[in-house]
Amino acid sequence: MADEIIRLSNINKAFAGVKALQDVTLTIERGKIHCLVGENGCGKSTLIKIMAGVYQRDSGSVVINGKEFERLHPIDAIREGIQVIYQDFSLFPNLTVAENIALNEQLADGKRLVNWGNVRQVAEEALAQIEVRLPLNARVEEMSVASKQLIAISKALRQNAQLIIMDEPTSALTEREVRALFGVIHKLQARGIAFLFVSHKLNEVLEISQTIMVMRNGSNVSVGDRSEYDHKRLVFEMTGHTIGEKAYDFTPDTSRPPLLRVEKLNASGALEDINFDLYAGEIVGVTGLLGSGRTELALALFGMLPIQSGRLTMGGKPVQIRTIQDAIANGIGYVPEDRITEGLFLEQSIGRNVVVRTIDRLRGALGLTDVQEVNAQINEWVSALRIKTSDPALPVKTLSGGNQQRVVLAKWLASNPRVMILNGPTMGVDIGSKNELHEMIKDLAGKGMGLLVISDDIPELLQICNRILLMRRGRIVEEITPEQTDENQLAAKLIED
Amino acid sequence: MSRSFFRTETILALTIVVMSIYIGIVNPVFFTVGNLFDLLRSSIVMGIFAMGVLLVIISGGIDVSFTAVAVFAQYATVRLMTIFMPEAPLWIVFLVAGIIGLGLGMINAFFISRFKLPTLIVTLGTLSMFHGFLLFAIGNKIIRDIPPSMPEFARTSLIEVAMTVGVSRLHPAVLITVAVAILTWLLLDFTMLGRGIYALGGSREAAERAGFNIPRIQYFIYGTVGFLAGIGGIIYASLNRQANPQELVGSELNVIAAVVLGGASLTGGRGTVIGSLLGVALVVIMNNSLVLIGVPSTWQRVVVGAIILIGTGLPAIQARRKAQHAAGLSQTQ
Repeated sequence: MADEIIRLSNINKAFAGVKALQDVTLTIERGKIHCLVGENGCGKSTLIKIMAGVYQRDSGSVVINGKEFERLHPIDAIREGIQVIYQDFSLFPNLTVAENIALNEQLADGKRLVNWGNVRQVAEEALAQIEVRLPLNARVEEMSVASKQLIAISKALRQNAQLIIMDEPTSALTEREVRALFGVIHKLQARGIAFLFVSHKLNEVLEISQTIMVMRNGSNVSVGDRSEYDHKRLVFEMTGHTIGEKAYDFTPDTSRPPLLRVEKLNASGALEDINFDLYAGEIVGVTGLLGSGRTELALALFGMLPIQSGRLTMGGKPVQIRTIQDAIANGIGYVPEDRITEGLFLEQSIGRNVVVRTIDRLRGALGLTDVQEVNAQINEWVSALRIKTSDPALPVKTLSGGNQQRVVLAKWLASNPRVMILNGPTMGVDIGSKNELHEMIKDLAGKGMGLLVISDDIPELLQICNRILLMRRGRIVEEITPEQTDENQLAAKLIED
Repeated sequence: MSRSFFRTETILALTIVVMSIYIGIVNPVFFTVGNLFDLLRSSIVMGIFAMGVLLVIISGGIDVSFTAVAVFAQYATVRLMTIFMPEAPLWIVFLVAGIIGLGLGMINAFFISRFKLPTLIVTLGTLSMFHGFLLFAIGNKIIRDIPPSMPEFARTSLIEVAMTVGVSRLHPAVLITVAVAILTWLLLDFTMLGRGIYALGGSREAAERAGFNIPRIQYFIYGTVGFLAGIGGIIYASLNRQANPQELVGSELNVIAAVVLGGASLTGGRGTVIGSLLGVALVVIMNNSLVLIGVPSTWQRVVVGAIILIGTGLPAIQARRKAQHAAGLSQTQ
């Protein structure tokens, strides 16, 4: 067929004897948006790398634009118009927007000298193609994630991209940025450019795709037209079993003082007149757009953002939280969104990460730690949270995203907090792990902990929270209970200004 | 080009102006032509070294061996000349020293590019090796009987100004420094190779994916540093009219500090020629002129150290604030 860009047939690939891909077949047509979904480790990245020529297949055939490639080199893939936008975007943070867009092209043309006028012109044209305006002379490191993505797309377009492969493009974008990205994708699609969209977010997959392919354990288990799929079927195909999630239906016991009461909380420029209660056993969602103050609220409660005025009461007693130490002493735990840089010591062992918060309590005589006690604690948490590892002495970085998140949780749970603040608890976590994390969060609430879950994953909020606080410009503008609303309504409220 | 760069340089230039005015008020000798020429003369060799160091730092590396390379190239060249060609013209002396320096730089490049070793470790190692080898195998005594073309060169002057006592001369070697600076600027800002150096310092992985030939860039960088070190070494020996194998080594951190003061980031990816030259000027003024305002020479090192700490610390703190601010924003996403 003339309108096929790429056809992969019966691709097999093994690493050191372990099968990563088994008889995978995939066809992408010009101007179509194709989605690839699957849990972590299902072979999505391997497949992308084979299409980009980074990995060589063991067997199977690759036909691009009607040409069969015996061996596909990265340069062949680029010449045939296949562009991969990796999660790190492959941009130069220290160079300007214009140079980032034009550099690859200049290099590919074999230029030796830089014509700055030309660089600017190339960048302007590229951005005009996707109808986006960005400051050409700003450094890329000053740009938001969404802008970086647009820069990466413009760069790909300048190299005559016909198929743009995007790996988890929305994982760090806000709802509004996702809308803008989808707008750009549709514009380019109308010009005949095809997309392969790899994502965890099933709602987005269902919204943007025309064809869907689901992978599980290195095989494509299901391929079809968008109309054949819904959320349930996707989850089923990805995991191989149905996962039922019940909403968290809970009415707090208001006769006892709340675990945490926040009154008239103000933090300059970030939070204004914040009032809410968090009772034992509650899971309260906090949502809002970029800059709405949802993360600032967490930081303020955890002593990381100075509070100008307001009263905090915990269990009926007024408390002062000025530092992280104050927060911890009062039994508040915080799992940051960016677990990689803020929540974990990646090079250190899983075990050490688990006990780091409580190491003081494990000290015996002479101030030395009791190794047996420490190991007992580690093993207890590793099994309680079902962290999948062969040995807790391995570094945390060897774990998958979902398991890393469990280590962060374990670290905090080991110190027995009364109130836990979770910021984006399931970001970048695959659907199976996500459900397990949800169950874990509900379990904790069931044991009397109060949880504050900050997220913009609407289905997640509706499933696990008994109340949701909507923030806008530093204020809580509405309190919603999941029964009162549905996904679409909440999504609309979220982006409303 | 960008505002933040511009700001580092503006602050640096203002600091130099304010410091000069202060020193000049305390001791008017500072503003004499003679003193200005002395300062320029002191900046010649450091300025050349600084251009090499700038290339390395922008690429995200560091080279501490260049002083050993300079003294090696200088001393070995002088010895070769005294044995084989005592009447060697100046250009041959420069050429031989440049080639020896280039060769030593290539040794650095080989270890760095072939084995992907950290640049600091490699150059710390070669610093000792080159210097040790020089003292052990080539010679450890000061040579005063250098080829006559060198002291002749030292006697030349670009500008001569009659003073109340004697004549002040500006040495023409400043032109070499100026030429090296202009070439470095053209290289960095207007060639793909120069942009490749910035790209490498910004993100090695992205530079590879974009198709830059990383080993070639690294050979170029460390080779150039070696070559410039050789040239600087000969100028140094000429101006001092002797080749001393114990000199220069130990001053590498001064040059690196000057470049970092000039806005180059030790994490790579940023730095400008003009900033580095201002950094050199600041360090030279501090080294030469604090004595004019009565700072005891033992205290000079403390003052120089403090300024380096403040000058490099402030931008680092600023950068971190900015990063935290950006992180705060992205967290809310």
